[in-house]
Amino acid sequence: MLSLAILLPVVGAILLLFIGNRDGAKDGLIRTITLAVSLVTFGVTLMLWAGFDQSPTAETFQFVERAPWIPAFGIEYSLGIDGLGLMLVVLTGFLTPIALLTSWESIETKVKEFSIFMLVLEAAMIGVFCALDLFLFYVFWDILLIPMYFLIGIWGYDQRIYAAVKFILYTMAGSVLMLVAIIGLSWMHHAATGEYSFDLMKLYALDIPYNTQWWFFLAFAVAFAIKVPLFPFHTWLPDAHVQAPTPGSVILAGVLLKMGGYGLIRFAFPLFPEAGVSFAPLIATLSVIAIIYGALVAMVQPDMKKLVAYSSVSHMGFVVLGITALNVQGVQGASYQMLAHGVSTGALFALVGMMSDRRHTRLISEYGGIKSVMPKLTAAFLVITLSSVGLPGMNGFVGEFLIMLGAFKWDPRLVVGAGLGVILSAVYMLWMFQRVFYGPVTNDHNKGLPDLSFREWAIIAPLAAMAIVMGVFPNAFLKPMEPAVTSIVQRIQSHTSATAHLSAPDSTRSHPPSPGPTAPAGYGGASPLTPASTRSHLFAPVGGAN
Amino acid sequence: MLALIPLLPFAGFLVNVTMGKRLPKSVSGGVACAVMVASFLVAASQVWALVGMAPESRQITQTLYTWITAGDFSLDLAFRLDALSAVMILVITGIGSLIHIYSTAYMHEETDPEYARYFSYLNLFVFFMLLLVLGSNVLVMFVGWEGVGLCSYLLIGYYFVKKSASDAANKAFIVNRVGDYAFILGSLLMVVTLGSLDFVTIATAAKSLPPEVTFGTISLITLLLFIGATGKSAQIPLYVWLPDAMEGPTPVSALIHAATMVTAGVYMIGRLAPVFELAPITLMIVAVIGAATALFAGTIGLVQNDIKRVLAYSTVSQLGYMFLAMGMGAFGAGIFHLYTHAFFKACLFLGSGAVIHALHGEQDIRKMGGLAKHLPITYWTFLIASIAIAGIPPLAGFFSKDEILFETFRHGHQILWVVGVLTSLLTATYMFRLVFLTFHGEERFSVQGAQVHGAGVPGAGGHGAHGHAGAEHPAPVHGAPMHHAPAHGHGHGIHLHDAPPAMATALIVLAIGSVVAGWIGIPHALGGHNALGTWLEPAFTYANCGTPVTTGELAGFAIQNCEPGQDVALASMTQVATQAPETPAARPGPAPSDLIGVTDEVVEEHVDETALELTLMGISTLIAFAGIGLAAFLWLKNRHIPEQLATQFAGVHRLLLNKYYVDEIYDAAIVQPLKSVSTEGLWRGMDVKVVDGAVNAAGYVVGGLAAGLRLLQTGSVKTYAAGTFLGVVAILAYYLWR
Repeated sequence: MLSLAILLPVVGAILLLFIGNRDGAKDGLIRTITLAVSLVTFGVTLMLWAGFDQSPTAETFQFVERAPWIPAFGIEYSLGIDGLGLMLVVLTGFLTPIALLTSWESIETKVKEFSIFMLVLEAAMIGVFCALDLFLFYVFWDILLIPMYFLIGIWGYDQRIYAAVKFILYTMAGSVLMLVAIIGLSWMHHAATGEYSFDLMKLYALDIPYNTQWWFFLAFAVAFAIKVPLFPFHTWLPDAHVQAPTPGSVILAGVLLKMGGYGLIRFAFPLFPEAGVSFAPLIATLSVIAIIYGALVAMVQPDMKKLVAYSSVSHMGFVVLGITALNVQGVQGASYQMLAHGVSTGALFALVGMMSDRRHTRLISEYGGIKSVMPKLTAAFLVITLSSVGLPGMNGFVGEFLIMLGAFKWDPRLVVGAGLGVILSAVYMLWMFQRVFYGPVTNDHNKGLPDLSFREWAIIAPLAAMAIVMGVFPNAFLKPMEPAVTSIVQRIQSHTSATAHLSAPDSTRSHPPSPGPTAPAGYGGASPLTPASTRSHLFAPVGGAN
Repeated sequence: MLALIPLLPFAGFLVNVTMGKRLPKSVSGGVACAVMVASFLVAASQVWALVGMAPESRQITQTLYTWITAGDFSLDLAFRLDALSAVMILVITGIGSLIHIYSTAYMHEETDPEYARYFSYLNLFVFFMLLLVLGSNVLVMFVGWEGVGLCSYLLIGYYFVKKSASDAANKAFIVNRVGDYAFILGSLLMVVTLGSLDFVTIATAAKSLPPEVTFGTISLITLLLFIGATGKSAQIPLYVWLPDAMEGPTPVSALIHAATMVTAGVYMIGRLAPVFELAPITLMIVAVIGAATALFAGTIGLVQNDIKRVLAYSTVSQLGYMFLAMGMGAFGAGIFHLYTHAFFKACLFLGSGAVIHALHGEQDIRKMGGLAKHLPITYWTFLIASIAIAGIPPLAGFFSKDEILFETFRHGHQILWVVGVLTSLLTATYMFRLVFLTFHGEERFSVQGAQVHGAGVPGAGGHGAHGHAGAEHPAPVHGAPMHHAPAHGHGHGIHLHDAPPAMATALIVLAIGSVVAGWIGIPHALGGHNALGTWLEPAFTYANCGTPVTTGELAGFAIQNCEPGQDVALASMTQVATQAPETPAARPGPAPSDLIGVTDEVVEEHVDETALELTLMGISTLIAFAGIGLAAFLWLKNRHIPEQLATQFAGVHRLLLNKYYVDEIYDAAIVQPLKSVSTEGLWRGMDVKVVDGAVNAAGYVVGGLAAGLRLLQTGSVKTYAAGTFLGVVAILAYYLWR
C-alpha cells in the first residue's frame, strides 16, 4: 500500500512524459491527468487511514514493507507508518490536489514540466514520511529538493533565482550534516554488531555514548531546524515563499516544513535521547523566540505573502516548543499543530494566490475594501484567518493549547513567552484583514474583481471545512497519533528518567490530586525498547565525531 | 435537550449564512427570531425542570463526546445547567429574543444580504454565549468566551466600510486577546495544579489543597483568570475597547455590550466561586479594581456627548459594581446586579437606538432635546430604565445595587463603600443628564438625516459609508413632513416617528422588567426572602457537597479570609449535608453538628445587620435622589452652570472628555514602540542585516573557495576519470590497511 502511494504519482509523472505538448496544446489534458493522479493518491492515503489499526494492541508501525536494496551496506527499501506518519501522509495526499488546483490559472507556461515536478514532489514527500530506513529517508529528503528548487526557480516571481538558490543552499547545508550523522550511525551499528544497518529500529536500539550523541543530535537538529524553520535559520523561508508560485507555497508551507518537525520527533530526539534532553532547553528557548519574533516581524510586513511566511515561523515555533516538552501533550500538540498549520497556512497561501492572480500584486496597500467586491472570498479568508489565530473550536486552538499544556508542565516560563504569540497572531492577522478587506474601495483596479470561481471554491471549501472539523472533532486526528507519540515519548523518558528535565513537573508540584500519568500498555510491536542501562560500553572510535 | 438551547441559534446562523442572500428580510429575520424564541422556550422548560429538583441536586449535565484527549489529559464537550447558568440562559435567550425582535425593525433598511449577515452574526453570538454559560469545563467556556469575542468583532465592524468601525472591531478583539492570554495561562496552571478543568472537579480539588498551595498558586490562578475577565468585562486596565465598540449597530450594543457578553467575566468568577473563595488576595484585587472602574468610568460618563458612549461608560461602571460584589465574596449580589442590569441597560440602549433611529443617525446629545413629546414610548421606557439604574426603590437597580453596597459595608470595607456610594451619585447624575439633555429642554435637533438617507440607501456597497446608515428609515415610512423640511435648523413642528411596533414591544417589556426584575431579590430586611440569592447559593458552593472541609485549619482559613462566603457557604452546607451530585469522588458531607454553633452566631448578627442594612438603604436612596436633583438643577434649570464649570475647570473637563488620555497612553507606550521595534529592529535589522548578512557572508566565503575549486572542474572527462580512479584507490587502501 505504501509503495502504491509513492509509485502512483511517479507513474503519473512518467505517463506525462509521453504526452507531447507543443505550445501548450495539451495543457488541459495534462492538468486533468495530474489532478486525477493526485486524487487517486489521496484516495490511497485515505484507505491507509481506514485500514490503520488503532486498537491498543496494534503494531506501532503498520503497512510495513521490506526489501533489500544495497545489502553490502545494510540499506533496505523499508517502509512503514505509525499514526504520526499516517496523518502526515494523509495531509500530503489532501494538499497536493489542492495545490494543483491553485496552479490551473497561475501556472501558464511549461505546464507539463510543472505537473511532473509536482507529482515527483508528492511521491518524495510521502516517501519521507514512510521511510523506516535512514538512508532511504535521506534519499527521499534530498530528492524533493530538486522539484521544489525548480518550482521556485522556473515558475516563481521576480527574484526567483535568488530565492531558489537560497532555499537549496540552506537546506543542503543542513542535510549534508545529517548525512554525515546517518553514516556515522550506521558505522556505529557496524562497530557494535558487525554489520551495517540503516534500519531505524536497529539504530534506535543502539547505545550511543553521550559525546557522540551530542554531535549527532546537533547534526540532525540543525538539518530539521532549518527545515522547520527555527529561528535563526528561518531567513530562507520568506524569500522562498514570496518568490514561489502559489502551488509551491502551498506545498512548502503545508507539507515541507512539517518534515522538520517530523524529523525531530521521529529521529533526532528518540535516536539521541540524552543529548536531546540536554539540548531541549536551548531549542525550546529558540522556539519561543521564533514565536514572538516571527509574529512581530509578520506584523509589520507590507506584503501579504511575506506576512503569512513569517506567521509560519511563529506557528512552527509552537510545533518545536511542543516537541521539546518531551511529554505526550506537548508532542501530540506539536503533531496536531503540524496538521492544523498545513491546512490553515496552505489555505492562506491559496487565498493570497487567488488575489494575486487577479491583481498581480500582494502588497496590502494595493487592496482595501475587498469585502464589498468579493464577499465570498472575504468570508473564506475570514474563516481561515480565525483558524490561523487559533480561535477555540477551530483547528489552530487544539494544537496550541496542547503544546502550551505540555510546555507548561515542563517549564511555565516558556509558556509565558509563547503565549504572547496568541495575542500577536490576532494583531497581525486582523490588521492585515482590516487593511485588505474593510473600508471603502479606494483603488480603481479593485473595482469589479470577480468573486470566487467554481475552481476556487473547490480549493478553499475543503480547507475551510477541515479547519472547522479539526477544531470540533480533534480526537479523530489525535487518537491515531497517540500510540506513536506515546511510544516515542516513553522511549526518550526511559533513557533519561534520571534527568531533571523530565521529572521536573512531578518534583516541583507534588500536590496535584489528579491521577498520575496513565501508563499505556502494549505499544511493543515492532520497536524493540531497550533502554540503555549502562554507559560503560564504548564503541569503536567514530570518525569525524569529535 | 440541553444541547438544543445553543444549537437552535446555531441552526439559525447556518440558515442565514448559507441561504441568507436569497431570502427576503421577513424570512431571514423571522428565522433568526424564531430560533431565539424556541431556544428561550427550551431554556425555560429546562430551568423549570431544575426548579422541580431538590435545591442541592439542581444540576442537569449532558455530555456530547470527548473533545480533546492527550495522554492523561482528557476533556469532554459537555453542558451543565445549574442554578447559576439557569439565570444566565434565561437572560441570554429572553433578552436576546427581545433584541432580535427589535432588530427586525431597527435594521429594516439594510439590503437583504446585509440583513441576513446581521442576523447570522447575532444568532452565532447567542450560540457562543450559551456555550460560554453552559460549558461544564473551563475550555468549553473558553470556546464560548472567544466565540462571543469573535461575534463582537464582527458586529462592531458591521459597518465595515467605516474605518472607525473596523478599528474598533480590531481593538475589541486584540484587547480581549490580551485578557485571554492570561486566561489561558490561568487555565494551564489550573490543569497542572488541580488536575482538571471540569468545574465540579475543580471545586472539589481546590478545597482539598493544602493552604500553602492555595495561598500562592490559587491566588495566581484566580488572578490570571481575573485578568481575562478585565478584558471581556471591560475593567481597568482593559476596558478601553468597550466605548469604541459603540460603532456597532445599537441593538448589538444592547445585547452584547450591555446585557450579556460583557458580563461573562462576572459569570466566570461566579462559576469558579469555590476557587476564588480560596484566594482572598485576588478577591481583594477584584473588589478594588471593580470599585475603581465603577468610579473612573462614572466620571468619564458625566461629560460625554455621544448618547451611546454615555451608556457605554455607564456599563463599564455598572460592571465595576458587579466585580465589587464578586470581590466581596457576595457572588449572589453580583449575579443579581448582572441580571437586573441586563434589563435596564438593554432598555436604555434600545431606547437610545429608538432616538437615533428617529433622528436618522444623530448620536450627539447636544443636538437633541425636547424629544419627550415626539417619542413618548421611547421617553417613558427610557425614563423608567434610568430610574432603575439610578437606584430608586422599588425598581430593579435599587435592590441589586443596594445588596452590593450593603455587603461591602458589612465586610468592613468602608472606603470601597464610599466609592460605591459616590458612583451611585454619579450614576444618577449622568443618567439624568442624559435624560434631560435628550428628552427635555429646547429642541436642538435638525432633520438633515432626511437628505442623508436619500443618498445612502440605494448606493451599492456604500451602506455604512456614513455613520449609522442602519438607523435610517426608508423614505416611505417618514411621511410627508420630513421631506418638506430637509434642512431646517431646528425641528419645531416636525413629526418624528416613535419606535415602530417591534421596537416598542421590546422597549415596553424591558421597561416592565426594569421595574419588577428586582422583586425576586428583595432582602430580608425589607420583609422579602431574597429568593434569587437562595436559589443561587448551591451554585457557588456545590463543591462543598462533595467534600468535607477536611482540615480544621483550612476551614478556618477559608472562613477567616472569606467572610463573604461564610453565611452563604454555611447555610448551604447545612441544607445540603451529604448530597453529592455527580462527583465520582463523593465523600460524606460535613457533620451538621459542627456547623450549628456557627450558624446561630450568624443569625444573631443578622438582627443587628437589619438595622444597618435599612440605614444604608436610606442613605443610598437619598444619594440617588440627590443625583437626580443635581442633574435637574444643572441640565434642566441652569444649563449655563455646567458650561461655566467646563470653562472654569477646563483642564479637568478636557481630561474627562478625552477619557484620561488612556488610549493615547496605550498607543504611545505599547503600540508604536512595538511597531517600530518590529520594523527597524527585528525585520530590517535582525533579519535582513544580521542573519541574512551572516548567510550572505558565508555565501561569499564559499563562493571564494568555489572559485578555487573551479580550477579542478576542467570539463575534461579524462581528468574526472583519473580523479575517480584515485578516489577508489584511496578508499580501497583505507579498507585494506585500517
